[in-house]
Amino acid sequence: MGGVLLQNLVNALQWGSFYALIALGYSMVYSILMLFNFAHGDIFMVGAYIGFGVATGLIALAKMGTIMMPNWLILVLTLIITMFLTSFVGMLVERIGYRPLRDAPRASAAITGLMIGIILETGNLALLGAQRVSFPPLIVSHTYELGGVFVTNKKIMIVFVSIAFMLALHVFVTRSKWGMAMRAMAVDYVVVPLMGVSINNIARMTFAIGSALAAVAGILFGVAYPVLDPYMGIMFGWKAFVAAILGGRGSIMGATLAGFLLGFIEIFVAMIFPSTLRDLIAYSIVLLILVFRPHGFFGEPYSARLRL
Amino acid sequence: MNATDYSTVQLKKGFKGYFKAVFGSVPLLAWILGMLVSVILESHVGYDLAESIGLPKAPVLFGFLIMLKKPALIPSTLLYVLLIYALPIGIVARLSAAPANRLAAVLTRLPMGLAVPLYLALLYAVLAIWADISAYRLLTLKLTLIAVMVTLSLNMINGYMGEFSCSHPGFMALGAYAASAFTLTLFTNDHLFGKALLSSHLGPWLFPVGLIGGGLVAAVGALVVAIPSFKTRGDYLAIISLAFMFIVKSLIENLEVVGGPRGMSSQPNYAGLLTVFVWTALCVWTINNFVRSIPGKALNAVRDDEMAAESMTVNTRRTKMTAFMFSAFWAGIAGGLFAHVIRFVNPATFGIQKLAEVLAMVYFGGLNSVYGSIVGAVSLNMLSEMLRPLEIFKWIIIPLLLILVMIYRPTGLVAFKEFDVKRLIQPKK
Repeated sequence: MGGVLLQNLVNALQWGSFYALIALGYSMVYSILMLFNFAHGDIFMVGAYIGFGVATGLIALAKMGTIMMPNWLILVLTLIITMFLTSFVGMLVERIGYRPLRDAPRASAAITGLMIGIILETGNLALLGAQRVSFPPLIVSHTYELGGVFVTNKKIMIVFVSIAFMLALHVFVTRSKWGMAMRAMAVDYVVVPLMGVSINNIARMTFAIGSALAAVAGILFGVAYPVLDPYMGIMFGWKAFVAAILGGRGSIMGATLAGFLLGFIEIFVAMIFPSTLRDLIAYSIVLLILVFRPHGFFGEPYSARLRL
Repeated sequence: MNATDYSTVQLKKGFKGYFKAVFGSVPLLAWILGMLVSVILESHVGYDLAESIGLPKAPVLFGFLIMLKKPALIPSTLLYVLLIYALPIGIVARLSAAPANRLAAVLTRLPMGLAVPLYLALLYAVLAIWADISAYRLLTLKLTLIAVMVTLSLNMINGYMGEFSCSHPGFMALGAYAASAFTLTLFTNDHLFGKALLSSHLGPWLFPVGLIGGGLVAAVGALVVAIPSFKTRGDYLAIISLAFMFIVKSLIENLEVVGGPRGMSSQPNYAGLLTVFVWTALCVWTINNFVRSIPGKALNAVRDDEMAAESMTVNTRRTKMTAFMFSAFWAGIAGGLFAHVIRFVNPATFGIQKLAEVLAMVYFGGLNSVYGSIVGAVSLNMLSEMLRPLEIFKWIIIPLLLILVMIYRPTGLVAFKEFDVKRLIQPKK
């Protein structure tokens, strides 16, 4: 029993790190613009596909023999290039769907986000066709046994890489000048622009960072589950959105914790009950948490001042 | 005003001014008469005309399908649309304007309970004759009417009350399953529910009972969202309603009694055009009356400032509860009709896809407006059928259109406009 428990703990950590990485993007955008970027789940999908393209290209380069590259270097390069490219997708989404709507009712921006998401899915389908692509295997899978628990090197890598990126984000937000500007903007987006901080730049940067993190999640997902399809972002997007809210809107810490928590809930529900009941029980738990803690873990209490 | 002034006014107003000068005095009654003539014309000479100008068959949805499939046929399709729809409607409406105005004046003096059903009967005649041409038209029309109901009911929450509810596919699912279980148990020999309990002759007469039952089930389900809404709103309520939708979907998937993930099929064919039309009219009528009543205005008060509303003696809890339950009731009815039009339901129908569809219709048409919901549901539904030949590019064009609407009219096309039937049917000077 203990072994099964630990085994599922490892799985939950892996699953939760996908949710947490995506939820961070939601939460950061929310803290600046008070809007949710509903295209974020699809940016995760685009990230995975760009990662697929970059990795395939790099492998082809290495095979041609022009440059000698070991597989781990390819993975690192894929990660960096994909983050860079995907951040432009995020900035584009901000420019098209969110900047013109900054003063509009919030729900309108939610609709543009949803629609951009559909365009990304369909565009992908139109470009690459309906057949699913398979992420190239960059890591040879090893399984280690630690006290009755089977752990693959992929799982360890995924958990550590995502935690590393979360820590990097934390350092960036708390220590750097740009991070300080972000935090200031989150406190008051009316006064801070008067102090010479451009809200457009900050919003663009927030979208870029969020998208880069989603791209990381996309590549890690591709490493763990190599089959990609254009609609894979929908489910992840909505679940990460749930995590972002559960953590308290706009709270980076909350989003991370709630992402992992959602992963734990889903995996452990599937462990105890038949797996078809997973969504039913997981969302009932979410519902209960929100009934007793209506503003999430780290969110501000509901106040009379509302932007709608 | 002398002649030169008049011509400058005309020039300034352009097409719109010209249209107004010619058709400004045409009342609604004359338009409906024009449409009636046009659809009767189509049902009599449509086939022959289409054949003689080289079309394979009468264009189903105003020629869009043919034009997108075979660009060579564009001129003859346009000719068909001009001859069958544009010219007859325009000419009949313009010519009958004067007598129609007199008739409309008589009708407005009648009690509303008499005049409006008369208009609706005429409108139904137009739709029925139009849809008689092909089964595809009929199906599209029925689904469009159902979409109007769902959009209206969601607009009540998202537009009038200013929440962001994501639970409507869940309400629809509840209604669809309850109504289907009702009809399948009572009137058909079904593999899930066994032999028919009542004679199938009673079916069409008891069908409304099943629909209302479905609506009530959905309304009770709405309590799950309505009660948390006392304490929270905005994004957190959005998540609660989203979780509700997932829970309903997952619950149905796990209930083998109602077919689990495979769903239920071969519902009896009770939802004819008349049934769907009558229910849609009822839905528009009750929701329009509700939002214009005092308890309905309380929805706007809750949206704009909950604290102020509370201190002005608006019972916010009761308002929220009423709005959610009433809205869910109509979503449930729409779901029940949907199940009997398609004659198949499964849980996958009521997922994120449906949610995005309904939300798009509400925000495209316009918030806080019955007009808007009708415009949004009809235009998006028709558009998505008309652009079908483009295949997946349809899902690039429609979202782009929505984004443009959101950027240039953030609250939708016809937002914040009252739907006043009395003004609609009155004669024009």
